[in-house]
Amino acid sequence: MLRFTIRRLLQVIPTLLAVALLIFVIFSVVPGSFASSLMADGRTAADPEMLARLNEQFGLDKPLYLRFADYITGLARFDLGTSFRTREPVLDVINARLWASLKLAVAAMAFAIVVGVPLGFIAALRPGSLLDSVTMIGAVSGLSLPQFWLGLLLMYLFALVLGWLPSFGYGGGSWRYLILPAITLGVTPLALLARTTRAGVLEIANEDFIRTARSKGMSEARVVRWHLVRNVMVLVVTTIGLQFGSMMGQAVVIEKLFSWPGIGSLLVDSVSIRDTPVVQGTILVIVVWFLLINTLVDIVYAAIDPRIKQT
Amino acid sequence: MRRFNLNLWLGGGLVLLVCVGAVFAPLLTSFDPVFDANLMYAEEPPDAQFWFGTDEQGRDVYTRVLYGARISLTVGIVSQIINSVIGLSLGISAAYWGGWWDDLVNGLTNTMLAVPSLIFALAIMAILGPGLPSLLIALGLTNWSWTCRIARSSTLSLKGQGYVLAARTLGYGDIRIMATQLLPNMVGPILVISTLGIGAAVLAEAALSFLGLGIRPPFPSWGSMLTGARELIVIAPWAAVFPGLAIFVTVLGFNLLGDGLRDLLDPHMRSRTA
Amino acid sequence: MSDAPLLDLRNLHVGIPGRGAPLDIVRDVGFTILPGEAFGLVGESGSGKSLTALSLIRLLKKPLAVSGGEILFKGEDLRNLSDKAMRRLRGDRIAMIFQEPMTALNPLKTVGRQIAEMFVLHRGMGWGEAQKRAVDALASVHVPAPEERVRAYPFQMSGGMRQRVMIAIALACDPDLLIADEPTTALDVTVQDEVLKLIAELCSARGTAVLLISHDLGVIANMCQRVGVMYQGRLVEERDTYDLFADPRHPYTQGLLGALPRLGSRHGEAGRQRLVDIDGMIADRESLSREFCSEARNPVRDPRQRAGGGA
Repeated sequence: MLRFTIRRLLQVIPTLLAVALLIFVIFSVVPGSFASSLMADGRTAADPEMLARLNEQFGLDKPLYLRFADYITGLARFDLGTSFRTREPVLDVINARLWASLKLAVAAMAFAIVVGVPLGFIAALRPGSLLDSVTMIGAVSGLSLPQFWLGLLLMYLFALVLGWLPSFGYGGGSWRYLILPAITLGVTPLALLARTTRAGVLEIANEDFIRTARSKGMSEARVVRWHLVRNVMVLVVTTIGLQFGSMMGQAVVIEKLFSWPGIGSLLVDSVSIRDTPVVQGTILVIVVWFLLINTLVDIVYAAIDPRIKQT
Repeated sequence: MRRFNLNLWLGGGLVLLVCVGAVFAPLLTSFDPVFDANLMYAEEPPDAQFWFGTDEQGRDVYTRVLYGARISLTVGIVSQIINSVIGLSLGISAAYWGGWWDDLVNGLTNTMLAVPSLIFALAIMAILGPGLPSLLIALGLTNWSWTCRIARSSTLSLKGQGYVLAARTLGYGDIRIMATQLLPNMVGPILVISTLGIGAAVLAEAALSFLGLGIRPPFPSWGSMLTGARELIVIAPWAAVFPGLAIFVTVLGFNLLGDGLRDLLDPHMRSRTA
Repeated sequence: MSDAPLLDLRNLHVGIPGRGAPLDIVRDVGFTILPGEAFGLVGESGSGKSLTALSLIRLLKKPLAVSGGEILFKGEDLRNLSDKAMRRLRGDRIAMIFQEPMTALNPLKTVGRQIAEMFVLHRGMGWGEAQKRAVDALASVHVPAPEERVRAYPFQMSGGMRQRVMIAIALACDPDLLIADEPTTALDVTVQDEVLKLIAELCSARGTAVLLISHDLGVIANMCQRVGVMYQGRLVEERDTYDLFADPRHPYTQGLLGALPRLGSRHGEAGRQRLVDIDGMIADRESLSREFCSEARNPVRDPRQRAGGGA
């Protein structure tokens, strides 16, 4: 198990390097530097001398391959560079925001799992029932819903009309500020989980070993508890992992909508002022999150499915 | 007897509705989406004249929603075509030629899958700046990984089949075999994933425009309309409701259509999930 | 053996409720099994053998249901039992083993646990004690190193070993009747014989009656004192096995016997004997939906083709 874990963790490194390269290339090859955008505020023409000085200061005058080498060696030392705007290390800037993002992602995923999985289960145990139909219509709607619109409506209803919850902000970490963003962010994974769980239950319920279990004289409740749940979870865990992993990406819009001080809103703000080191760093953190969650899922998977460890 | 395919018809109907709205927008409204601003009529609730109410500049929300369909559909369809072309060419050629090219494409696909596509698009928009062309590029370059995977795996299974070998024996060139022997045999699954992809692109466009990185005001993108509406949601909630509803209906239409097509083309999937 | 029959099946009909008796898939089937006796049920795929067996323990899949007849087990009609009483009987008094040992066991649970379930369900044991009994049960079906094998997962075992596990499960509670539905069809030819011998040996030692279902007359002839021949949902012949081979009465049975390849036959050259075709009989149930009887309507041309197909 330990060897499996280490092997999976080592497999993450090449992908991470590839992503770092990809991001670096995208941001370096394209014209339009931070310095020029910093100065081109529309009122004054960019002063070439000033531009050159800024470029030199941020090391932007060096050739591309040297800059990439600097970048990678920096990464190895957990140095993501310096923010153009605040002149602080990027890692510190991200660090200050990471906790809020983690909190939001965990809360949203918890909401999605706690509601979505049981819903899919109940729907599948009574296929064709009213609850089943409503769940499935709700699921496909949930997948088609623009999350930020739903957030806007929830904000309007619960914060502005009813006044039950604060409309936006972090509130110093108070849980009341967490509820609306978490629900908004959790709706898509919830819908997807309800759908996969339902499909998984229907698939497993048709397996021969379920018939074997019944032929043993097991009650339906025990068939579900002893033979269905775990096998369905194997299928559901994959979806949970994929959703949880991409959640930081999904959260960008939601964080912006609710003025949530996470790395998502940091990314959007840095993009609009072309603070490239912060943008690169933030994307890298989001990718690391994705890869770590997926590795974690593989490990969980191996723990519940004895067939995996062998391969 | 085939069961009535509700998904297909409902989804198709919704998509058709949005298409009609986009194509015949000038016939369906007497206002202009951008220039008919009149502060006299700002923030009017829905009535007989302004069916969906007006926004903060007194523009007719109904008109802007209609014209917004043009932007959403253009972005959705064009970017998905780019994605399909990239995904199909990479996927088919990688599986057909194999070797280092296959390894490279595989590596690239896995890298792409590790970056959430919205984040990727955001990064590209950051470089290219806002606007329709940037959107088409950003969304067209970032969502081809699944198409590529499907194309690759179907090519792998088709490659060894008799008629492909026969075509090779007949002296057909590689490109010709890929285009005439392999491509037509994966139309079904590609069609399904492309339909779902259009829905995803419409959502992504709305999100980017909402963040101010996509279509910029005053042009009527559903996403950017919601940015404006956020500020005045207390006074004019209708300005937020209708553009969002339009996104929802469009994406729902494409999602249902995609599910319906899958049911139609792959009965095995239906028996498993329905 | 002059005791009262263990199982007395009378005029069994299986069909889809609401479709009417003429469309029943199993029609008017009746036979008796004495305590400790081995009874064979032979017939081609789709002839209704398996449905007959499944209806005994009330495991038919919807929309199929028993639509008429009596299932007297130890003098009591099983059709009148409550679901709960039926559950207590299932596995405990009537056990069943299935064709596919690959899929009939839950891939995520150790075989020991899956055997132990029987003791927990029917003997009220705790898991610890049940696991110990599972070792004995594994030993009784001649699985080598049972103390270690109880911790193995199905995927770590061969097909023959898995079928032994299935037998251990079925015989765990010393049932009065064992239903074996094509128990060797999915196995390697070399293992088939071992598994059949094992079933015969264990059942005669414990006085367990066997209902053996197979499309293979050879298998039945080796194991069973009496045999019933099913064709298109009806029991067309029920005889002593010896008599049946000596003097088949129904044309279908004659065809079935004629189709058996025989070693050392003098027909043809060098043992390459021509196998007798079974003429297709036109089914009288044209209106019955395809899914249930398409197989029954296809006349079997070559028994070798059927070798892989189950019921």
